[in-house]
Amino acid sequence: MDIQFTEEQELLRSSVQRLLRDQYDFEARRKIVASEEGFSRTQWDAFAELGLLAAPFSDSAGGLGGGPLATMIIMHEFGRHLVVEPFVETVVLAGGLIEHAGTPEQQQAFIPGIIDRSKIWTLAWTEKESRFDLAKVTTRARREGSDYVLTGAKTMVIAAPWADDLIVSARTSGDDRDRGGVSLFVVDRRAAGLDLQSFKTIDGRRAAEISLREVRGQLIGREGDGVALLEAGRDRAIGALCAEAVGAIGELNAATLDYSKTRKQFGTTIGSFQVLQHRMVDMFIAHQEALSLMQHLSLNLSARDPGLSRLASGAKSKIGYAGKFVADQAVQLHGGMGMTDELNVGHYFKRISSINIQFGDPAFHVLRYAQLDAAA
Amino acid sequence: MTATIIVNGHKTWTTLAQHADWIFCLVRTDPNAKPQSGISFLLIDMKSPGVTVRPIITIDGSHEVNDVFLENVRVPVENLVGEENKGWTYAKFLLGNERTSMAGIGRSTRYIQKLKQIVEAEIPADDPAHLEFLRDIARVELDVLALEATELRVVAQLARGIDPGPAASLFKIRGTEIFQDITELTHRAIGNYGLAIREHPVSANRFMPGPDYGHTASEKYLNARKLSIYGGSNEIQRNIIAKAVLGL
Repeated sequence: MDIQFTEEQELLRSSVQRLLRDQYDFEARRKIVASEEGFSRTQWDAFAELGLLAAPFSDSAGGLGGGPLATMIIMHEFGRHLVVEPFVETVVLAGGLIEHAGTPEQQQAFIPGIIDRSKIWTLAWTEKESRFDLAKVTTRARREGSDYVLTGAKTMVIAAPWADDLIVSARTSGDDRDRGGVSLFVVDRRAAGLDLQSFKTIDGRRAAEISLREVRGQLIGREGDGVALLEAGRDRAIGALCAEAVGAIGELNAATLDYSKTRKQFGTTIGSFQVLQHRMVDMFIAHQEALSLMQHLSLNLSARDPGLSRLASGAKSKIGYAGKFVADQAVQLHGGMGMTDELNVGHYFKRISSINIQFGDPAFHVLRYAQLDAAA
Repeated sequence: MTATIIVNGHKTWTTLAQHADWIFCLVRTDPNAKPQSGISFLLIDMKSPGVTVRPIITIDGSHEVNDVFLENVRVPVENLVGEENKGWTYAKFLLGNERTSMAGIGRSTRYIQKLKQIVEAEIPADDPAHLEFLRDIARVELDVLALEATELRVVAQLARGIDPGPAASLFKIRGTEIFQDITELTHRAIGNYGLAIREHPVSANRFMPGPDYGHTASEKYLNARKLSIYGGSNEIQRNIIAKAVLGL
């Protein structure tokens, strides 16, 4: 199986490629990262103009009906260019949760703001003790009239400093580690009682520690159903992050190959040394397999096959290890240059490292892949 | 009037040049000699006119290395170490010392102790990741044990006048790979906190999330990528053993 893109998908791909090629080269990215805010509203606007923020949403939700394959196409190109703007957080994660778990009124209230670029969103689920367990939630929510009131703390919330709104997981019943009893809430980032401590991430983006003290939140999805909703959300995010990783892997391979053909040492190009040739072949193989697995996952996300969640973990793990191998080798084969902040190679390394932590590292997902098989 | 050596050129990857008062430089003093034979070992005052230091920021964000530009720098001939054109011999001696010390047993042992503490603090015993980390740590501890035993055997041999020669490259290869493994495990052990990294220059005023013991994990993990590259890359070190020890 090799995905034959439709005309619409080809158009999407070529338009994203053109936009990023023209406006998002490595120096442009460096300026965006160094800016005070840390992402570019101009670029976000350009994404909206191109329909990217609408692409994955269903027609009934006001989108272009492109689904997971549109996400894959967009995120693959974003990965190639190390785009920092919060597409995964806003469109895939929050947008996906609103589309799949929200009432028609909530979809009407929230999705247009995402599509028209006016609202940035992120998901706050990790806590100090949670590691990668979606169900380990100590932040509590109690009912107060038609709203809920949240108290607790979330950690390492990516894109929180950029967000207008958050989806926050909090416990409405049960013990700290129970699978049932977690609920999801829409929270205004500027709500009373919500405090952010912002900092920079390893891959040049922004995140925050969040403390919540009696913060007003609107329930989204059924009370107590949060973990199942988050698992489906994680599967979709994994589809996006895997595509991004594959884009990065491809760029690293191309850069390394190019470097090996030009860099001279000991009187010849380093690409003529067999040891390095075999290394680059292994990088080539890793890319091919990661690309194939990315397509396989995205097709499954579209079809919503059973066993999808297990496949998502498998892909996150396998592509994660592939990305790590390629990143390590790309730095090594670039020699001292690979260690500089000036060259793009190190930045791809750091983005791949970041992807390999979000929603669980490769070791976590290998185990989950094994456990889901045993349970079946 | 004392004789003067005029130095022109460009040194790179110069560690901590921004803080240095002196630089010891290998300079070419006989362009007509064979490459290794025309080099001298010269001490240069960093405050000499014509010396310019330019920072090279590395992927961990720190300013550790530099470019040093030398333009018509006047150096008194007294600053020559040893004989003119014998510099490569002196440099090889220094490199030989560096290679055995790169086993880094002491540092790796210290970092493993810290890693164990981090795992105990971060990963509850009933998380399957806990046992996985214990196993991974045990593996790297055995790597350290084997390298340490080898180093002690070589030290004993040296005391009897037996020099390991080019086989000492194995200390650099294994020592660096071990430390890279340890920094990687440490970064993984802090889980989500591995998404953060300290900004440079480091300031107590800037907020860094998570427990103190994890604050340097990201930058150490990134910085350690240099170990398999510098000091003679691990690929070169393997070539040395292949040629000079195995005769291939």
